[in-house]
Amino acid sequence: MGTSRKSLAREQNATAYLFLLPWLIGFFCLTAGPMLGSLYLSLTKYNLLSPPTWLGLDNYVQIFTQDDTFSGSLMLTFKYVFISVPLRLAFALLVAVALNKGIRALGIYRTIYYIPSLLGGSVAIAIVWRQIFDGTGVVNKALSLFGIQGPSWISHPDYIVHTIVTLSVWQFGSAMVIFLAGLKQIPADLYEAAEVDGARKRNQFFSITLPMLSPVIFFNLIMSVIHSFQAFTPAFVIGDGRGGPLDATMFYTLYLYLKGFSFFDMGYASALAWIMLLIIGVLTAVIFVTSKYWVFYGDNKDGR
Amino acid sequence: MVNHAKYGQAFKHVPIIVLGLLMIYPVLWLVSSSFKPNQLIFSEPGLWPSAFTLDNYVNGWRGFQGISFSRFFANSFAISVLSVLGNVITCSLAAFAFARLTFKFSKIWFALMLVTIMLPYHVTLVPQYVIFNELQWINTYYPLVLPKWLATDSFFILLMVQFIRGIPRELDESATIDGCSQKQIYFRMILPLLVPALITTSIFTFIWTWDDFFSQMIYLSDIRLFTVQLGIRALFDPSGSSDWGALLAMSTLSLLPITAVFLAFQRYFLEGIATTGLK
Repeated sequence: MGTSRKSLAREQNATAYLFLLPWLIGFFCLTAGPMLGSLYLSLTKYNLLSPPTWLGLDNYVQIFTQDDTFSGSLMLTFKYVFISVPLRLAFALLVAVALNKGIRALGIYRTIYYIPSLLGGSVAIAIVWRQIFDGTGVVNKALSLFGIQGPSWISHPDYIVHTIVTLSVWQFGSAMVIFLAGLKQIPADLYEAAEVDGARKRNQFFSITLPMLSPVIFFNLIMSVIHSFQAFTPAFVIGDGRGGPLDATMFYTLYLYLKGFSFFDMGYASALAWIMLLIIGVLTAVIFVTSKYWVFYGDNKDGR
Repeated sequence: MVNHAKYGQAFKHVPIIVLGLLMIYPVLWLVSSSFKPNQLIFSEPGLWPSAFTLDNYVNGWRGFQGISFSRFFANSFAISVLSVLGNVITCSLAAFAFARLTFKFSKIWFALMLVTIMLPYHVTLVPQYVIFNELQWINTYYPLVLPKWLATDSFFILLMVQFIRGIPRELDESATIDGCSQKQIYFRMILPLLVPALITTSIFTFIWTWDDFFSQMIYLSDIRLFTVQLGIRALFDPSGSSDWGALLAMSTLSLLPITAVFLAFQRYFLEGIATTGLK
């Protein structure tokens, strides 16, 4: 009996590893291996043609002490993340709450609001954005109806990042769908009890909706930050593809791409990638650590 | 009093409709401009074309350097379909192992799988490029499709693991008593029940692959291999001398497949996002 159980376990083991085989190959050859590979390359000078030459920490030293494009692109990306993520989540939450009030035709509205998230990542929409925000484009024509003289959103280095932010905020639909699902989970008797106690709508929002929804907000926040930090297509297409005008579209990933695949400085690009990994890791950790102060997991099973 | 409530209800719709129109305007602008003659595109902000033409579609479809957009669409479809198949097959295999089988080190592998979900693509980018370059796979579709056949989109593994965990274990146990092997349980029981998760995986893989621009740009430079995204980018000249009508016409067409998939599978879509937080 004992041996047959053992052989059964061994058989299960073998079957399981057979099922896992594609993933294991992918994990070692395309994820873990390349990760270590890029860590090694980041300590070298490498241009794909000749073998890498060892530099030690030179790439990192240069990035942190002499590379103004690096610090500029990092600041620009932070600016983009810190403006677009809160705006996008706020919009998503606001519209989700408005749609959740038993409104008729909810399905149609949800679809319309989701369509930007569906299409927004494409080259086509980035081109549209470039056109409607152009100096003589639709946005400025609309502003002039209100007597506002709009700036040249695309060609002026101070404004182009706002154009890219609006493209990101425009795609609030996916976060909104997640919020809508979260709102449906909040037990209605909480609102009924608040109603009985005479709490006003605004207080209900801050004392019931927000805390009950905080796990969903937390999740949305982490995913949005990680995702926004890696934005590439909008910066590449709305700008000139080389970071211009005046490095105003030099997002972090674009800089990494140019270093690695235009200048073929692949060691340097790998160092940039590892710094990016660490930054994203730290940002995620900060959100995790602070979450215990603002994320409410409820004290019973129904609390989530 | 009744009337008042009715007005109140209608009033609630007004801001939502206005915002909705504002949201959808850029898409409508794209579609309507693609039917306008070139000189009207930028002079006429209204959505209804005062002069209607199909020339943009004819000109755009012709493509460039003797390669038409039918080629680009066929290429994009081929890459997307192969990616979908890869993700559906290999992710479901891995998910079944994680969710149902007991094996050595399963906890460690599962934890590593979770970590890879959060990893930014860029940290593996350069060595992957080096590997594919060594294999002489630049300007082939292997670098775009092979990763999907090795289940590197571990996000979908997690999605399916959660789904399989919701399937009652008693079903497996009774099947085992009836003499089913683990492989038979996977093929005969889990796969058919997993269909909703497989559909969610398929539609998101399709859309992400279709929209993917970064890796297509890195790995493909031969025009005959270009995808729709690369074709549009090549039509577009940032310095401003593009044939805008043709560009917008092809842009409109490029959005059709994902819109069609979305409308056909809307239910799976919205459920998929809501339960897993897919983008």
